[in-house]
Amino acid sequence: MNLLFIPRLIAELAVYLATVVPDLLPIVLTLATPLALGALCGVLCERSGVVNIGIEGTMLTAAFMGYLTGFALHGSIGAAAAIAAGVVVAMLTGALLGLLHAWLCVTVRADQIIAGTILNVGALGLTAYFNRLIITPSGLGGAGVIPPIVFGLGPIALATLALVGLIHFLLFNSRWGLRTRAVGEHPKAADTVGIDVFRQRYQNVIAGCALAGLAGAYLTLESTGSFQNGMTGGRGFIALAAMIFGRWTPIGAFGGALLFGFFTALGVIVRVRPAGGELGDILAAIPSFWYAALPYLVTVVILAGVVGRAIPPAADGVPYEKEARA
Amino acid sequence: MTGQERVAEKAARSSTSPALEMRGITKRFPGTLANDGIDLEIRPGEIHALLGENGAGKSTLMNILYGLLTPDSGEILMDGATVTIRDPADAIARGIGMVHQHFMLVPVLSVAENVMLGSEVMRGPVLLDVGEAAKRIRALAEQVGFTIDPGARVEQLSVGQQQRVEIVKALYRRARILVLDEPTAVLTPQETDEIFTVLRRLRTEGTSIVFISHKLDEVLRIADRITVIRRGKVVGELDPGATTEQECADLMVGRSVSLKVDRGVAHPGEPVLSVRGLVVRDDRGHETVRGVDLEIRSGEIVGIAGVAGNGQEELVEAITGLRKPSAGHVSLTGRDVTGAAPRAVRDRGVGYVPADRQRYGLVLGFPVDDNTVLTEYLNEPYAHGVVRDDRAIRKRAETLIVEFDIRAPGPDVRVSTLSGGNQQKVVVAREFGGDKLLILDQPTRGIDVGSTEFIHKRTVEQRDAGSAVLLVSADLDEVLELSDRVLVIHRGRIVGEFDAASAERDKIGLLMARGQAA
Repeated sequence: MNLLFIPRLIAELAVYLATVVPDLLPIVLTLATPLALGALCGVLCERSGVVNIGIEGTMLTAAFMGYLTGFALHGSIGAAAAIAAGVVVAMLTGALLGLLHAWLCVTVRADQIIAGTILNVGALGLTAYFNRLIITPSGLGGAGVIPPIVFGLGPIALATLALVGLIHFLLFNSRWGLRTRAVGEHPKAADTVGIDVFRQRYQNVIAGCALAGLAGAYLTLESTGSFQNGMTGGRGFIALAAMIFGRWTPIGAFGGALLFGFFTALGVIVRVRPAGGELGDILAAIPSFWYAALPYLVTVVILAGVVGRAIPPAADGVPYEKEARA
Repeated sequence: MTGQERVAEKAARSSTSPALEMRGITKRFPGTLANDGIDLEIRPGEIHALLGENGAGKSTLMNILYGLLTPDSGEILMDGATVTIRDPADAIARGIGMVHQHFMLVPVLSVAENVMLGSEVMRGPVLLDVGEAAKRIRALAEQVGFTIDPGARVEQLSVGQQQRVEIVKALYRRARILVLDEPTAVLTPQETDEIFTVLRRLRTEGTSIVFISHKLDEVLRIADRITVIRRGKVVGELDPGATTEQECADLMVGRSVSLKVDRGVAHPGEPVLSVRGLVVRDDRGHETVRGVDLEIRSGEIVGIAGVAGNGQEELVEAITGLRKPSAGHVSLTGRDVTGAAPRAVRDRGVGYVPADRQRYGLVLGFPVDDNTVLTEYLNEPYAHGVVRDDRAIRKRAETLIVEFDIRAPGPDVRVSTLSGGNQQKVVVAREFGGDKLLILDQPTRGIDVGSTEFIHKRTVEQRDAGSAVLLVSADLDEVLELSDRVLVIHRGRIVGEFDAASAERDKIGLLMARGQAA
C-alpha cells in the first residue's frame, strides 16, 4: 500500500465534503430540528431540577394528535388552517403531558425515571392503537405538509433556530432564567428567598413539553405529512444526549443536535451524491447499515469520551420536600 | 439615612417595646416535641444569643420565625402587633433576614445573582439588571465595613466570604431582624472577629440580631442578652456580664459538664502512620493535597486544623484507600499501603470515622446491629463461610450499646431513627477498638455536648491504650482541646506544626486563613 494513501484519502474526503456542503446543510438542519426542540425540552426541565426521559413519548403523542387534527379538519377548514390547528393541538398535547409529568415528579414525588417511562410506553401503545382505529380504516392519506420558506426549511425549523437563541439568552439574563437555575441547583435556597419551587418547576416542565410537542408537529406536519407508528424512532433520547453534549445549555444542545444531524445526513448524501476516485470506491464498499448506525455510534463515543464528565444541575431529579426537618 | 429616620430609629431603640416577640411557640415532630411553649423577646438594636445544644429546638424556633415551619400553636408579634408568617416571602416582607447554618447560596451562581435572587433588580419586565445589582451590593457591603466582588462565583469564595454574601443578602432585603444560625461554626478566629465587628456595626444602626450558637465564649463576648433553651423549653435568661461559661454550659445541658477534656500527657511510641510527599487530586482533577508529609506515633493524637476544603477530605481519603494519590507514599507500621484498597488498609488495623456519618459512616436503612458489623461482617464469628450469624451480630451490638451508651430502643431499630449523637456513637463504637491507627474526621460535628464529651473521653482512652490518632476537624477548639500535636493545613500543604500545650490560637488562625503567620 502506498504511503501517501491515507493523506490522499483525507484530502479527497475534504474536497468531497466541501462540494456536498450546499446539499448537506439543509438536510442537517432538517434532521436537527426535532432533536433541538427535544433538547430544549430537556434543558427547560432539567435546569429546574426535573429529569424528563419522557420526551420521546411526548413527541410521539403530540405528533399523532397534531396529525389527527390536521387530517380531520383539512376537509372542512382548508389545508393551511388545519395544519395550523394541528400545530397548536400538538403543542397543547405536549403541555398537557408536561402537566402530568410535573404532577408526578413535583407533587406526587414519584420516581422521575418511571414517570418518564410511563409516558414513553403509554405513548407508543396508545398512538399505535388509535392510529389503527381511526386513521388507517378511513383510507384517507395525508393532512398536508407545511411548505418550506427558505433553504428548504419550513416555519417550525426556522422558529427552532430562533428559540434556541432566545431561550439561551433568557436562561442566563432574565428573571425566569435565574430562578430556573436556582431551583435546579439548590431549591431550598430558592425557597428561603420566597421563590415558589413547585410553581417554577411546573412552569418549566409544561413549557418544555410544549416544545417537545412542537417537535412532534414538525415530524408529522412539516417534515413527512404522515403518521407512522413509533415514528419518533428514539429522537427523544438522542435529544437528551444532545442536551448532555451541550452541558445543559440551549446553544450547546443545538450543537449536539447538529452533530447528530450531520452524521445522519452523511449517510444519505453518500448514496445520493457518490464520491469519485478511491474515496468513492471505499465509501461504496461500506455496507449501508454502517451509515445508518454512524450517528448512534458517534453519540456513544461522544457521551462516553469526548464530553468527559458533564455535571448536571445539582438538584436534577431530586424532588423538593418543603417541610423537611433540619 | 435621613435625619428624620435617624430620630425615629433612636426613639425605637430607647423605647421598651420589643421589636419581636414569640409567645408560647409549640411545634411537634413525630416522636419529639421540638418546641414546647417557647417565649422569646427581641429588643430593637440588641444582639440576643440563643444558646442550646444541637436538637434543643433553636433551629426549629428560628425556622418558624422565618416561615419555613408552621407552629402547632403560639403567636408571633412584631412591634406589638400579631403577625402571621406563612412562608419566607412573608418573613422577608416583614424585615426578617436569616443566615442559615448551611448557607442558602447557589454555588454555581455569581454573588450578584445570589443576592438578588427572588427580589431581582430588573431592566424592563423580563431582563435582569446585573450592573445595578452589583452597584447596590457594593454599597451595602461598604456600609457594614467589608468589600465583596459581585461578579465572583460563590463556589470560588471562602466560607467567610460566603457568609458575608449571606449577610448582604439579608441587608439587601432590608432586614431589621437578622437571625444568624451558628455563624462561627466553620470560621477561623480572625474571621470570627471580623464578623463580630460587622454585627456590632449593624447593632448600632438599629438592627436586632439573634445569634444562635453553642460556643459559650463567643456568646459571652458578643451578646447583650442570652436565652438558654433545653429540650424545646426556655430554661433561663442570662446576663452575659454576670455569668460564666460553666453556668451557661450547665444550664444548657441540664447537668454539670466538664468543659475541658480530662487527659494526661502523651507517651508517643513507634511511628504508625507515615505519609511522604503525598499529592492527591479531587473529583474535578484539581490537586488539593500538594505534597504532604506527616508522621503519627502510637500513643499520640495529631490534629489537623484548617478551613474546610483545604485538602483535608482528600488527604484522609488517600490514607484510607478511598482515593488513589497521584504521587507520594503512605505506609502503616513500615508497610507500604499507597493506593491499597480500603479493606486492605482496614485489615492493617485502621479505624475510620468519616466526616459525613449519614452518607459514609452508616447504612441508614439498616438496623443498629448490622451497622455495628459493617467492617467485619465477613469474618468469624459474625459469619461462617457465606452464612451470617445473626446471634453473634446481635450480641456484639448489645455489648456496644451498653459500652458506648447508645440510646436506642434496641439493636434491631433502624439507625436512621436515632438522634445525630447516637448515630455517631454507633460509628464510633464500630471503629474504636484494638486499632493501631484511628482516623477521626469531624468526629463531633453537629452532635450534642454530652455525646461530644463522651467521644472525646473515649478518644483519649484509645490513645492511652497505644493507638495513633489522626484528628481532622473544622472546629479549631476541638483540635486544640484534644490533640497532642497540631498541624495546620492550607491549600493542600502543611504550613505549620505546634505542640498543643504551647500552641497559639491566633497564630494558628492566621495560618489557617492565609498559609502564613504574618
